Amino acid sequence: MEKKKVIEAQKINKFFFSPTKTQVLREVSFSVNKGEFVSVMGKSGCGKSTLLYILSTMDTDYEGKLFLDDQLITGQSSEKLSRLRNEKIGFVFQFHYLIHEFSVLENVMIPGLKLNRKSREELEYIALEKLKVFEMQDHALKKANQLSGGQKQRVSIARALMNDPLIIMSDEPTGNLDKKNSDLVFGIFRELVVEFQQTMLMVTHDLELAAKTDRTIEMEDGRIISA
Amino acid sequence: MRFSLIIEIARALMTARIKQTLVAAVGVTFSITMFIALLGFMNGLNDLLDGLILNRTAHVRFYNDIKPNEQQPLDLSEEFKDWFNVIRSIKPTVSRVSIYNNEAIIRTLQADKRVLGVAPKIAVQGFFNVGNVDLPAVLNGIAVEEEDRLFAFSDYVVAGDFMDLKYSANSIILGKGAADKMMADLGDYVQLTTAQGNRVLLKVVGYYQSGIGELDNLQSYVSLNTAQKMIGETSSYVTDIQVKLYDFNLSPGLAREYSSIFGIDADDIQTVNAQFETGSQIRSLISYAVGITLLVVSGFGIYNILNMMIYEKMDTIAILKAIGFSGSDVRYIFITIALVIGFVGGLLGLIFGFIACLGIEQIPFETEALPTIKTFPVDFSPKYYLIGGVFSLITTYFAGFFPSQKASSVDPVEIIRGK
Repeated sequence: MEKKKVIEAQKINKFFFSPTKTQVLREVSFSVNKGEFVSVMGKSGCGKSTLLYILSTMDTDYEGKLFLDDQLITGQSSEKLSRLRNEKIGFVFQFHYLIHEFSVLENVMIPGLKLNRKSREELEYIALEKLKVFEMQDHALKKANQLSGGQKQRVSIARALMNDPLIIMSDEPTGNLDKKNSDLVFGIFRELVVEFQQTMLMVTHDLELAAKTDRTIEMEDGRIISA
Repeated sequence: MRFSLIIEIARALMTARIKQTLVAAVGVTFSITMFIALLGFMNGLNDLLDGLILNRTAHVRFYNDIKPNEQQPLDLSEEFKDWFNVIRSIKPTVSRVSIYNNEAIIRTLQADKRVLGVAPKIAVQGFFNVGNVDLPAVLNGIAVEEEDRLFAFSDYVVAGDFMDLKYSANSIILGKGAADKMMADLGDYVQLTTAQGNRVLLKVVGYYQSGIGELDNLQSYVSLNTAQKMIGETSSYVTDIQVKLYDFNLSPGLAREYSSIFGIDADDIQTVNAQFETGSQIRSLISYAVGITLLVVSGFGIYNILNMMIYEKMDTIAILKAIGFSGSDVRYIFITIALVIGFVGGLLGLIFGFIACLGIEQIPFETEALPTIKTFPVDFSPKYYLIGGVFSLITTYFAGFFPSQKASSVDPVEIIRGK
């Protein structure tokens, strides 16, 4: 049985224009299947992060075609892309990017509130459930800036999961964490893939970490050298 | 739900920067307070100054003007009809100053729906005889009750009871200036010689002070009956008919209309007192300009604070966009912040403005020229509060518009990668 493609890139080219015109991605084509844990690996400057932001729909300035859930999303309006991101993509960044003015619970709830399909009470319940997965439920009412780095990253993963996205994208999710926390976060990723068949796409420069994923896409100078 | 989320985020951003938000709101409050106080005070003063003339002036005055006849005998002659006639030194004809058939005219005017009231008047020229000095005098014979109802006569009677003019025969309310010159106390008698040569003794029952010195030296008031008696005329003798309308803007039309129907002269207030209108218009224009300048300045304050907030909260904006907020959602968040500042600041400004107006109204302001005024006049018209409120929202909206435009165009990739 052929697995369903969650995201597919076809011949993606990307140029930076300042200071001079340089090509950062050359004819990048690949796909991620449902339930797969894929890492994109390469040295810094190889274009892996750039690729991730194109896949995330936040960067729309590229050539080629991008499919999410078998739908062409290249050339969609930014309003529509925002809705798509909200509904189908979860993000985990190197830095935690929680909104400090809100409590942990509210931070997790925001994507759900934005999607606006469930009542506030339901969303609160779901958010608490997500926090429980990471054993963060006791911190639910704290302000986001009262947490430690590892805790913040766990909260941001919970937030990424809030709308049950098709795919979770992460850019160096452990890059800013110590060994213990980084193992913890990676363990959570693994668990999500195994237990919930969550599709994952992770960008990293850490060979060790990449080796633990299902599949590694290696990049160099804007090209995929091995998939 | 969508908007409640936007409001929630806006509130969180504001409470995170509560001091700056308060400073911005205080700026709006201050400018609206000044706007209300300035306009209230300025227009109170305007109304007072205009009222000084306009309240006491008839909107339309009917009278017979003394002027040369336009049709001289030569013009009527058949023989010189086709000639170009030049006549020098024409004198005014002896025409009657009293208004013919005035009772019918008054009845017609009173039946008109535009007319608030009609007061007949007789102007009598004469001299007060004080020892061997003659003081010139203009006596107005008035219908006391109507005069008070239409022209607030009693406001300007500073001593004595104005109704005595009606109830006691041969009584007079002296102009304050004239009374001071003659040293006439209440209850004294003054002797007057009319232009026709009749001598009368009049009992002083009050003083009249209009605030315009020239008027107070010359003008005195007697009742209509006394005036008719003084010049030996019947009770149908009236020289002026004063009309007050509900809307004084209609006065030029009404003056023209009845002047042609009755064949008498008519003056309307707008033609006679055009300069008062112009003066008060310019004064309120200046106060509006100052008020709006204040608001625009506070608008720049809000603009600055929002700009700063956006720089500080770039991360938050980026993350909101990454998790699915569109550019317009972000724009609404910042416009909401601006409008909340405008609304709260504006509302407080209106309240403080009202309090400031109450304060100004308590400040003593006593002047010889304005006997009825004890404190500064303030206009509490809701119009200014409405304008202030609307303007506070408009300026804050525009102050928030450009920063929010910037926030909406923040590229999340740049922020997230830039770390």
